[in-house]
Order: sequence, then C-alpha cells, then structure tokens
Amino acid sequence: MTDLTAGAQAKTSRSEAIAFILMVVCLAIAPAFIYPVFLMKALCFALFACAFNLLIGFVGLLSFGHALYFGWASYLTAYSAKAWGLPPELAILTGVATAAVFGLIAGALAIRRQGIYFAMITLALAQMMFLVAVRAPFTGGEDGIQAVPRGRLFGLIDLSNQTNMYITVVVIFLAGFLLIYRVINSPFGEVLKAIRENEARAISLGYKTERYKLVAFVLSATIAGLAGGTKAIVLQIASLTDVNWPMSGEVVLMALVGGLGTVFGPVAGAFVIIAMQNYLAQVGQWVTVIQGVVFVACVLLFRRGIVGEIAHLLRIKL
Amino acid sequence: MFELCIPEFLGGRCIPSMALFSQLLIGLINGSFYALLSLGLAVIFGMLNIINFSHGAQYMMGAFVAYLLLQHLGLNYWMALIFAPIIVGAIGVAMERLFLQWLYKLDHLYGLLLTFGVALIIEGMFRNQFGSSGLPYQMPEALTGGQNLGFMFLPNYRAWVIVASLTVCLGTWFIIERTKLGSYLRAATENPALVSAFGVNVPRMITLTYGFGVALAAFAGVMAAPIYNVSPQMGAELIIVVFAVVVIGGMGSIMGAIVTGFGLGVIEGLTKVFLPEWSNTVIFIIMAIVLLVRPAGLFGRRT
Repeated sequence: MTDLTAGAQAKTSRSEAIAFILMVVCLAIAPAFIYPVFLMKALCFALFACAFNLLIGFVGLLSFGHALYFGWASYLTAYSAKAWGLPPELAILTGVATAAVFGLIAGALAIRRQGIYFAMITLALAQMMFLVAVRAPFTGGEDGIQAVPRGRLFGLIDLSNQTNMYITVVVIFLAGFLLIYRVINSPFGEVLKAIRENEARAISLGYKTERYKLVAFVLSATIAGLAGGTKAIVLQIASLTDVNWPMSGEVVLMALVGGLGTVFGPVAGAFVIIAMQNYLAQVGQWVTVIQGVVFVACVLLFRRGIVGEIAHLLRIKL
Repeated sequence: MFELCIPEFLGGRCIPSMALFSQLLIGLINGSFYALLSLGLAVIFGMLNIINFSHGAQYMMGAFVAYLLLQHLGLNYWMALIFAPIIVGAIGVAMERLFLQWLYKLDHLYGLLLTFGVALIIEGMFRNQFGSSGLPYQMPEALTGGQNLGFMFLPNYRAWVIVASLTVCLGTWFIIERTKLGSYLRAATENPALVSAFGVNVPRMITLTYGFGVALAAFAGVMAAPIYNVSPQMGAELIIVVFAVVVIGGMGSIMGAIVTGFGLGVIEGLTKVFLPEWSNTVIFIIMAIVLLVRPAGLFGRRT
C-alpha cells in the first residue's frame, strides 16, 4: 500500500499552511482572469475529488462508485429546489443527507470485502442506482432536471448574482477541504492510516477497523454529496451524466493526476481535468481516448501525480 | 400449453409457458456470456492478480473483428470464431508486454486503473470510427431457423450459443483442473518463484494466460454479434454486471464462475417474466444479499 501515498512522507506541515494560503489567494484573484462558472464547476469537482481521495489516499480503499453520491445528491438538491421550492442551503442539505444515507448502506456492504472486490462492489452498487435513476420518474430520464433555481441563500443573498454564487462555492469548498484536513490529522485519521498500512496489525492492536472504515466511507460519501448538491445549484442542472460510471472514473482520474494521498493533489487534478474537458470539447469523442491515455500514463510513469511529484522534489508535505 | 401464476403480493401476474421458456432461454444466453466473461476474469486474476477492466472492451473488439473480417475479407462467422479470439488475444499479449508486466510488483489497484484507462481508449477509438449506433451482423446461414419443441420455439442460433459456450467453459475447466499444463498454471498461481526454479518460464506463462483470458472475451463477443448489434459500448455496461457476478461467485473457483454465470443469467431471465421492473437490477440485489449472508462469495475463500 505504501506506494499509493508516495507524496505524504516528510515531517513539517508548514508547507501545507503556505500552500493553503496560496490556494486561497489564487481563489480570491482568479475570477478576475478566469470565467467564474468554470471556476465554480472546477471547485465542485475539486471537493468531489478530495472526498474520494479521503478513502483511497488515507484508508487505502478504492471506491469505483463515487458517482452514486455525487449524482444522487445532485438530483435531490435539484429536485427539492425546483419542485419543493426549498432555499439553496436546505436543498443542498437534502442532497447531502441523501448521499450520507446511501453512503451508509453501500459502505456497510462494500467493507465486507477487501481490496479489488471492494472496488467492484462499489462500482456495481453505483451502477444499480444509476439504473434506478434512469427509471425513477422524478429524475426526468434523459433530460435530467433542468433550470434549477439558484434562489436566495438564507433568504438573503441572491445567488443568481455570479459574485455571490462564487463566494458561496468557495466557502463551501474550503469548509469541506478543511474538514477533510482536520479528519486526516486527527487521532481518528491516524487509525485510518494504520488501516491503510496494515489492517491486520490495526486489528491486532484492538481497533475495530470495520467501524473506522465505515465512518470514513460515510464521511467521504457525504462530502461527495456536498460537492454534487453544490454543483446542481451552480450549473442549475442534474443529469444522468452525474450518476453514470464514467463520472466515477473521472473522479479517480482527478485524484490520480493530482496525486493520491496528497492533501492538495485532488484539487490540482480536478482543475487539470476540467480544463482539459473544456478545451477539448470541440474534438468530441477524443476526450474519452485522451482521458484513457492520461490514466495509462499516470499509472505507468507518473504514480505520484502532479502535487506528489512536487512534494517529492522539494521534500515537503503537501 | 399451461400458465404459471405468481402470488398476489408480487403482482399476481399469470404467464403462458411459451413466454416463460423463451425468457428462460434468453436468460441462458445472457448466462453463457456472464460465464465466459467471468471465467476469463477469474483465469486472469488467478495468474496476474489483476482485475481486467478492459475485458468488456475486448469482448466488444471480438464482435468488431468478426464484423470487419466479414466486411473486408469476406471471412464468415465460423472463420471469425477462430480468428477473432486469436487476433484480440494477440492484442492482449502485446498489452501485457507493453503495460501490465510493469505493475505486478505494485498494489493491484493499479492494474484495475490501468486496464480501465485502456478500456476508455479502446471504446473511445471505436466510437470515433464507427459511431455509437449498432451495426448489424448476419447470422450464419446454417444456424437460421429453429425447432418447435411443442412447449416453446427454439431458435437454432441460440441453442448453438448455449452449447458452444458450455463446451468452451467446461474445456477451460478441464485444462486448468485436470491437465499437466493446468497443474503448472495452478502451481504458478500459488508460488511463482518455486515453479520457475523447476525451469518453467513463468513470465511467458503469465503473458499467455492473459492472452487466453482476453481470447475468451473475444470469443464471447463473436457469439454475441448476431444476437445483439455490434456497437462500441456493448461491453461497457456488461462488464459491470460481470463484476457483480464475480463478487457473487468469488474468483477462487473456475467451476464456481461457470455455475454462477449461468445461474444468474437464468435468474435474470425469470425476473424478466415475473417482475420485469426488477430485471436489470436483480443481479446487483443478489450481490448485496450474498455480501450480507456469505461475504466471501458463494465459491470464494475468505480473502
């Protein structure tokens, strides 16, 4: 398992603090240079990738079905905002709660098997819920749920204003990011890392590893739900793309490109992949092929990912 | 002619025997594809410790090679049944030499990620070349028509698919479990270092095993071509169902993979008759139940 985490070695966390401040500064000035909708979309996916990375990077569990939580949260947020007229914060909360419940059920099933089986089970359960989404009447089938109202946050802040929306997304992203950071640096997080390194040993030390894994899984699914719900409000749409298996693959790719097991890697990876999709949108189907090539190249030549590679070169922790 | 009825609480539907048996037959057909594909996955996993995510793409390539052989070289179905597995298997051998062989020392999740990437590349390229709508593949002349069995109509081609895949499955089982070559394979799975000490070229054996597993997928693809349309995405969703089949059966046993594949196909067929709205999720539901009751899988050892 150790080589999954090549980026997380050194001692100091001052480097992490500096990187965090740099990231916040970038987010503050970026809207002046980059199209805000692109930034907001990338931030939602960055949070999604961070949630996924919590499992693969810090517990050693590869979930190949994270689209389930992202997509269903997106649907429930969109539906509750549009059909029930909930304000955005409650709509997102509805989505998050849905993701948490699904995460609890799927997690409880998937942790009954290890390693490669875990990946196959999460993928199969996600596919099942994709098929349910295809047929469920409220999801709108192929059309999805469109024209989702952004509404007023807490009844006060008008989110149809792009600046307000941007600030809200940045706050949500940073909150999720810091929560994950807090978790992986807590005593609970240390146990997760122990499970990643050697589960049998952690069991022999008296830890109920299944419970730790389940809590981590639910947490990851919940944050993925937060990302999906926010995305539904930002882009004002929830569709089958969000729940289908290529989405589960995409989030794996984002974390892999950025650096599995690094704190900042998934953020970098998400921006790279979303930018790539934007610029390559004209070449249509080639996007899939290029994503496949990036997958193969990362696995064979570039396993540390962008951030992991930087951390390795500078001998710091990122 | 008779009718079968299900209890009131499940909808109280009555089904004529004709419909029941024809769905059962479709179930067996799907089951034979599940069996062939999960068998290939199990063989590859046994030797390489890798879950071959490109298995669905290789199944699709088998169907396309058959289509292209017919279109451009005029080679018929029977020739395709021989050549498509060889061609796609050779591509698999090249893939193992180029990519997979560098991953054996790493965590086996990397094998899953790499083969997923390869699947994206293959499926993307075929979609660019052939579009997403399916292409028809003519059924071989000798197998058109069917038999009237009294209680149902049995199309010849479907009977052939079931017989052929059963034969290939049992043949594979026989080679692995009952021959000298198979005993080398099983020994190399248990302890590769010891087997190579006896002078067996283990790396070549691994390469050929991968090629064989891929050829099985391509064989299934050729057989599927006349039934379903040949299309670039025909393998993508199938492989996820096959993953569920593998989780249910466990990959420890060759016979287990075969039995589980056919069994689940039949169950899926029956669900289509009695509870049609559940038919495409039933295998996943069974997977969840098996995980609750017997986490190691029906034929698996605890990992």
